[in-house]
Amino acid sequence: MIALFKRELSLSFRSGGGASTALLFYLAVVIAMPFAIGPDPKLLAQVGAASLWIGALLASLLGLERLFQADREDGSLDQFLINDHPVAALVFMKALVHWLVTGLPVSLLAPVFGLLLNLSEEASLALVATLLVGTPALSMIGEAGAALTGSLPRGGLLLSVLVLPLSIPVLIFGVGAVRAALVDPDPFLPPFSMLLAMTLFFAVIGPVAAAYALKMGTR
Amino acid sequence: MKFTVDGLAVSRGEDQIFHDISFSVASGTAFIIKGANGSGKSTLLRALAGLLEWDEGSVTLEDAPGAFSEAALPQMSHFLAHENAMKPQMTVGENLSFWQDFCGHPDVSPEEALDYVGLSGLEDVPYAHLSTGQRRRSAIARLLVSARPVWLLDEPTAGLDAASEKQFAGLMEAHLEDGGIIVAATHVPLHLSKTVEYRLLGADT
Repeated sequence: MIALFKRELSLSFRSGGGASTALLFYLAVVIAMPFAIGPDPKLLAQVGAASLWIGALLASLLGLERLFQADREDGSLDQFLINDHPVAALVFMKALVHWLVTGLPVSLLAPVFGLLLNLSEEASLALVATLLVGTPALSMIGEAGAALTGSLPRGGLLLSVLVLPLSIPVLIFGVGAVRAALVDPDPFLPPFSMLLAMTLFFAVIGPVAAAYALKMGTR
Repeated sequence: MKFTVDGLAVSRGEDQIFHDISFSVASGTAFIIKGANGSGKSTLLRALAGLLEWDEGSVTLEDAPGAFSEAALPQMSHFLAHENAMKPQMTVGENLSFWQDFCGHPDVSPEEALDYVGLSGLEDVPYAHLSTGQRRRSAIARLLVSARPVWLLDEPTAGLDAASEKQFAGLMEAHLEDGGIIVAATHVPLHLSKTVEYRLLGADT
């Protein structure tokens, strides 16, 4: 199991790996935002947190399509399934690596990118906290979607359609928590706890659903 | 050790590929599945590897070796499919050590395994740089890095030249002498001394 973790991690930094692609894509989204919205600092500060969250969501979607497709095409997936490791645990490992190379750097770099969007210190702090807690949910949801569409040619389209509706609640509570941290009467903790709950929920449901989809997909 | 397949039937989608397949294979035997294209050779192997669900039938194991006494057939099997299960971005050695760690029961080291298949010194070469035959041989090396008593081989010699075929036959003989079992689907002779042939006729007959 540790072996798989190491392999996935090293693969994601090699050619065709998703790590740098996701980050560059994230940067592109954030840079484009001020140009599209206009140079009004007040307006930018208002939509800044939301655009960083959208960027994170899209960046995590980017490499999902290939997650299981590559393993299926080269036959690795068959080997995963006939071994006595629980498939859900394998999927969890893969989702964890996906988060480590997309969600984690995206969360940690958010304050730097936030400078482009005139984010206040408080907002940056709240943003990092919500992204750190919320992006694992995105990886877990994405993993289940990728497992389901991995056997389809051009499954990427269906993948986004499947994953987006499930990711929307994460986005709502993530942005909601950041806003609550800035506007005084709203408490920060309830939406933040909700976000945490969703991550824990999908960390359990996602791998199990993905494992089931993978087993069905070999038939 | 011995395993017996009794009354196996497998469908893919609506179509039943074959039914009523019964045979048994004992230690030291190579069981060769023959049959026309589309007669279900690969399907039978995938079913034995546990990748396809069966409509009916059973597999019983007797006298499994100690380390595998708790395992089902797939967990004590190496499955060499058409695809080689190697990552092109990683070197041959990295690929093999990954499978050794992942499959457990380590046997020979990746370097030694590459020696056996005639790819000495290629462990630091990216898998993507290998030729078709070399790729197949590196996939065969995967069977050697971790010990499993049953080898399920689907067209194992595809892409191999005559010399490599002979080398591979030697490796299979050694595996059989150690009390292993080989179940192979192939059209070409594998040059093995002790084989049992089985002809698969397909569902229509």
